[in-house]
Amino acid sequence: MSYANLYETPGPRGERRNRVLAGVIALVLLALAYVIYVRFDAKEQWSAAKWTPFLRPEVWTTFILPGLAGTLAAAVAGVVLAGLFGLVFATARLSDHRWIRWPAAAVVEFFRAVPLLLLIFFAFFGSYVLIGVNVSAFTAVVFGLTFYNGSVIAEIIRAGVLSLPRGQAEAAHAIGLRKGQVMRLVLLPQAFRAMMPAVISQFVVLLKDSALGLIVGYDELVDRGLNGIAANFSNIIPAAILIAAIFIGINLSLDRLAHRLSRTKR
Amino acid sequence: MDALLLEWDTVVAAFWMTVRLAAVSALGSLVLGTLLTAMRVAPLATLRRTATVYVAVARNTPLTLVLLFTGLGVGANLGVELSSDIATNNFWLACIGLTAYTAAFVCEALRSGINTVPVGQAEAARSLGLGFLQTLRLITLPQAFRAVVAPLGSILIALTKNTTIALVVGVSEASVRMREMIETYGDQVMQIFLGFAAGFVLLCLPMGLLFGWLSRRLAVAR
Repeated sequence: MSYANLYETPGPRGERRNRVLAGVIALVLLALAYVIYVRFDAKEQWSAAKWTPFLRPEVWTTFILPGLAGTLAAAVAGVVLAGLFGLVFATARLSDHRWIRWPAAAVVEFFRAVPLLLLIFFAFFGSYVLIGVNVSAFTAVVFGLTFYNGSVIAEIIRAGVLSLPRGQAEAAHAIGLRKGQVMRLVLLPQAFRAMMPAVISQFVVLLKDSALGLIVGYDELVDRGLNGIAANFSNIIPAAILIAAIFIGINLSLDRLAHRLSRTKR
Repeated sequence: MDALLLEWDTVVAAFWMTVRLAAVSALGSLVLGTLLTAMRVAPLATLRRTATVYVAVARNTPLTLVLLFTGLGVGANLGVELSSDIATNNFWLACIGLTAYTAAFVCEALRSGINTVPVGQAEAARSLGLGFLQTLRLITLPQAFRAVVAPLGSILIALTKNTTIALVVGVSEASVRMREMIETYGDQVMQIFLGFAAGFVLLCLPMGLLFGWLSRRLAVAR
């Protein structure tokens, strides 16, 4: 999307002015970067000793890769369970029966309004009292991710079903399909397909949220990076930059996938 | 319900902190987000690229990492001290982190708002002789804002819930208090959780209704 209609195409004088402005802005940005560089440099965050740990294979095998595995494990479990939760509750909210529709709506709205961290704390610190077992940090994180993101995905799928032309359901009923079949064979597949980009965006949110596991001591990427690597090599800034880069890489590829799907489908 | 009633003052104080964090960060991210939007549509490629990179980085980094970075990197390592009082200092650091993160989402929403403004609006503005900043300030942005009231509301609600993560910078808001109370009053886990959850529902539900009403009221008739 271009926004070139917001301004005139610059003439010779405008070109000159823009060049000067661009130069000034570049200088300001460079000055800002320099200040940050110098301040971190004073703490020796750029010294080779703080970066070379990333070249050592054991740093990868003890911290980064296990951390990434932890993050991905929580995220994949979360995606699968949240997808199921979303499917079930979207269907329930679209039910013809009030006694199914309303409780489902209450559940979805509740979990959408409660911060994820509270859900994780509830599962992690409350499980012993409530069910007599101490759940692992992994279970607590996946519990939170499932209920929070599941309710968001339920809303996305419901919106997808509601956005379909009425004729789809009518035609399906007309050829003699039962209510469940209409939903399962006709509406949900189309809704899922139409809403795929939104669902994938929600998976990006889920992946980022899995970093909350660090607060209950789950060994995911941010925890391994900042509490593992940085504690051993006191290189908090390099570690944070590397971890952020890994997350950004994964999320941008997911973003691109969502973008491509939104283009090719339909 | 005993625990919640016994510790009523603590609970109220915790939610007051949540509200303050959300209010300050909302204001900050609205300003920074608008600035970023202006940069992304500016005639200068340097500005456009800077804003694009900023948004991509802030949007795709976990908030936990952003806040840890503000706390440990900006606070402890850069030595930025916003107040001599540790609690106040942590509060402002948390606001910086939340603002830096949320502004990227505000920018994305506003940019999609600009997309809804018909091309003719900016063209008419230019033919009146308005420059880029005037077009943006007087014609495009006001209409863009009115188009994205509802998404901005969702961002504000998400921000309110995200303030719970400020605990990694050492701010005592709702999530910290809930954890402490569960540890102290182990037998009342369910009541404590439902109490804190109700607090967030009470904060977020009116916001959702308000923004829904505002978005209908402010929508530009076309």
